[in-house]
Amino acid sequence: MTIRHHVSDELLLAYAAGTLEEGWRLAVATHLALCPDCRKRLSLMEDAGGQLLEEIVPEPAMATSFERLRQRVLEKSAPVRPASAAARPAAPARAAAPVLPEPLRSYVGGDVETLKWKSLGRGAYHIPIRTDDGTTMVRLLRIPAGKPVPEHGHGGRELTLVLSGSFHDGETLFARGDLEEADASVQHQPVATPGEDCICLAVTDAPLKFRSWLVRLVQPVLGI
Amino acid sequence: MVIRHAVASVSACMTIAVPILAPACPDIPIPKPRRDCAAGLQVKIKRARMSETARELTKDEARALLEAVGRDRDMAAFEALFRHYGPRIKAYMARLARDGSVAEELMQETMIAVWNKAAQFEPGRGNVSTWIFTIARNLRIDAYRKTRRPDFDPNDPAFVPDDSPPADAAVEERQEAERLRNAMAVLPEEQLELLRLSFFNDCSHSSIAERLNLPLGTVKSRIRLAFAKLRTALEDGQ
Ligand SMILES: [Zn+2]
Repeated sequence: MTIRHHVSDELLLAYAAGTLEEGWRLAVATHLALCPDCRKRLSLMEDAGGQLLEEIVPEPAMATSFERLRQRVLEKSAPVRPASAAARPAAPARAAAPVLPEPLRSYVGGDVETLKWKSLGRGAYHIPIRTDDGTTMVRLLRIPAGKPVPEHGHGGRELTLVLSGSFHDGETLFARGDLEEADASVQHQPVATPGEDCICLAVTDAPLKFRSWLVRLVQPVLGI
Repeated sequence: MVIRHAVASVSACMTIAVPILAPACPDIPIPKPRRDCAAGLQVKIKRARMSETARELTKDEARALLEAVGRDRDMAAFEALFRHYGPRIKAYMARLARDGSVAEELMQETMIAVWNKAAQFEPGRGNVSTWIFTIARNLRIDAYRKTRRPDFDPNDPAFVPDDSPPADAAVEERQEAERLRNAMAVLPEEQLELLRLSFFNDCSHSSIAERLNLPLGTVKSRIRLAFAKLRTALEDGQ
């Protein structure tokens, strides 16, 4: 499998820094499960985070800090676990591998054959995925072979991760593991490749209707 | 993946992400986080400190100490790690916590996790500062966000492992850490500043752009430039 479309630097940096909201994070984490190249890029970013931590101006710990820490670890000290070096199990036979990798599989409650698809009309199906960030809309889409992806963007950021089958957006092909990153400035219309249904994870900014009451809710926090 | 009990929450909207706060555990009161995306500009981090801290604890020394903690539950080694990393973790936590006691508490939690997980550290596959940074970062996410924290799982049968041949891990790792350090030391200040704001202050790139009065495109391109340089520095050494 060759992945051609990867996570952008700024999205991956937000993941590495821990600032990405849950919905976006789910799409990036699922791409990372399928993409050793991006995991390597992530390691570099985390190394940079570690190096910045070395260089940060230290803030003195409280005078009693270590004594307290010593007592806390001795109190509830876990038994020594054997080093897990080389403990990674051999990769299981590819034939048995699920279509949906973790963390996505847990989010939808099983692999593709167990899913309860809901019709969107015209042969397309979806499964809404619940996240708690309040700012993203996340769902699994199943697009019939040769058909366009139903309207699901609303001018904000949009991530689409292909899990099965493929789609074309203009001249560009997106297949398993490929991540399409689009924003309001990009006019696009993905169409499933003929011959096979396309299953993909779609994350967008939450719809405005939903966001309007959010705005009222957080206004006092933001002081605007 | 750790799935915590998720409470329906509303956490953020518009350009500035505003996490609603959830205490990491009930006995730690977590106040409203400080979200000053411009703070990094005032808090100057002197590059000169780098050599100073490097003399305190080299990467090899840190590795040996962490191994001693994992293997022998060596309290002296743990204290040496604490003396070096504790105040740094506290400073990292303080970027979001208004109250010093919260930063202190989150630092303690991080060091307890270091103690408990030390045996899982694989010296050939990472360096200590990265490992500790990721532990602190995950604790901080869990303390300040009510959502789950989805992550990939290397033991999942659908996980695609890296089948490129493993490099001579220990030697390679050491050289890469050195090259990265040197490459970061010569990054332009404007790029380094963006990395600090991204890593420490929990700011979205659009809010950084707003605070620094820069177009979002400029913020993004500086980030790309910075990582292109770091990647090149690592590849050149091979
Ligand atoms: Zn990738």
